[in-house]
Amino acid sequence: MGIMDKHDKVERSATLLLILSFIVVTVGGLVEIIPLFWLDNTIEKVKGMRPYTPLELAGRNIYVREGCYLCHSQMIRPFRDEVERYGHYSLAAESMYDHGFQWGSKRTGPDLARVGGRYSDKWHRQHLIDPRSVVPESVMPGYPFLAKTELKFDDISDHLKALRMLGVPYTDEMIQNAKADLVAQATGEETDGLIKRYGKEVFGSATEVKARDFDGNPKKITEMDALIAYLQMLGTLVDFKTFDESNVENLR
Amino acid sequence: MANPEKDEVTGTETTGHEWDGIKELNTPLPRWWVWTFYATIIWGIGYMIAYPAIPLVKTNTKGLLGTTNRMELQAELDAVKKARGEKLAKLEKLSLEEISKDPELREFAVNMGKAAFKANCVQCHGSGAQGGPGYPNLNDDDWIWGGTLEAIHYTITNGARYNPDTNEDTRQSEMPAFGEQLEPQQINAVVEYVLKLSGQPHDEAKAKEGEKVFMEEAGCNGCHGDKGEGIQDAGGPRLSDGIWLYSGTREAIKSQIMKPKHGVMPAWKGRLDPATIKALTIYVHSLGGGAKS
Repeated sequence: MGIMDKHDKVERSATLLLILSFIVVTVGGLVEIIPLFWLDNTIEKVKGMRPYTPLELAGRNIYVREGCYLCHSQMIRPFRDEVERYGHYSLAAESMYDHGFQWGSKRTGPDLARVGGRYSDKWHRQHLIDPRSVVPESVMPGYPFLAKTELKFDDISDHLKALRMLGVPYTDEMIQNAKADLVAQATGEETDGLIKRYGKEVFGSATEVKARDFDGNPKKITEMDALIAYLQMLGTLVDFKTFDESNVENLR
Repeated sequence: MANPEKDEVTGTETTGHEWDGIKELNTPLPRWWVWTFYATIIWGIGYMIAYPAIPLVKTNTKGLLGTTNRMELQAELDAVKKARGEKLAKLEKLSLEEISKDPELREFAVNMGKAAFKANCVQCHGSGAQGGPGYPNLNDDDWIWGGTLEAIHYTITNGARYNPDTNEDTRQSEMPAFGEQLEPQQINAVVEYVLKLSGQPHDEAKAKEGEKVFMEEAGCNGCHGDKGEGIQDAGGPRLSDGIWLYSGTREAIKSQIMKPKHGVMPAWKGRLDPATIKALTIYVHSLGGGAKS
């Protein structure tokens, strides 16, 4: 019996129980927390990642609000079937500006990590309003209200500010111009400032920021505009020409 | 507690705790459970040692096996490529005509194309390539842009109305919105004529009037052909059959004339490799409507 009997002593002394509990929690905490300080060295060094533009960020918030992650993952795993279906496997770097990440784990619908540019805006609009009108066997619910609901974005610069606190490299200029950039991207007009701040020249992205009327309704900026803008940029940033797959540092 | 007390009824040891004469049994966990639990701990430790796991100051631990998921994937993909080797090389090198003449290679291309179609095309064209409102059926022989191997290959490669600013090769056609150019009466007349062309019930007198608008005032024949047979070079759909991209009802035809809808197909060059695009071409061509060059 020996040591197993000693719990009797621990259970009868509140101080001893407290001290021992504290030690156990400390060890557990250290093991889980300390590696996070060096998390950066698990993120691949790639070219092209940029913070979300204000409109994409607003779209991402809608994605989270509607719980899209409950059925759609954004994580192409390094398996043959996934790579052949969706494209290059996801890199850690591709979600480094995500707070919180949208990797998901439930895969009722297809993975969306590289859905950007795969379909037309029109397809997305039709599919979001009535999924079965384009994919008869789909079980996805329709989101027709997105096309009717005007996007609330008077607080968009606050969202940028909050993300900067978490380490997303938004500049002062980006935060000051957040509203204007959002309007520019959703209308496709006067986009010089937007391109200057988020363009592919600045970050070396594989594709340029897409600015246009995403929902086919130029009269207003709707939640549909934001969500489609977000979907159309997913997985299109990293320039895979600069990613060396055989580099030991990238094989993990 | 050198001699733990045993409960008489169950024969199990008690914990020695007692509340108002009630004693607590110390029933042990099932053996299988305990051993499975220990095994998972050992497995977890072993896994952490064998595979890359913990981020340390400079880099993460590399694992004793010296392998990663990404390396395994690379090896698997290389093996697939090698297994396809000769045929894939032929697919890349030979022309579409030559591929479709070689039965073995054609079958390889059809299968490869079928897989690629399932992954990339079904969302619009349907899992049976049957299409849907706004998305063409690929099983029939009604082609908007042509159903020869070359035409299909061109469409898949460059798409239709896909970023025309940066993608000059994309298929481009745009039906004008006649709602702003014709009188309502003329539009109604053309609708009747289109109904006539497609063999549906119509008003003969109005259709006669509509024919004039079709041929002269509106010039519909410029893209749709003199008899509504369609002009593939211009991307003008055939009207003289029962196959409709949107719908063939009187209301739908009218709406399309007043304010036309235009579909978009993405360009697949750059996204799919040339061999896959060729395989897709052969597959789509094989679906039933493939036209001779």
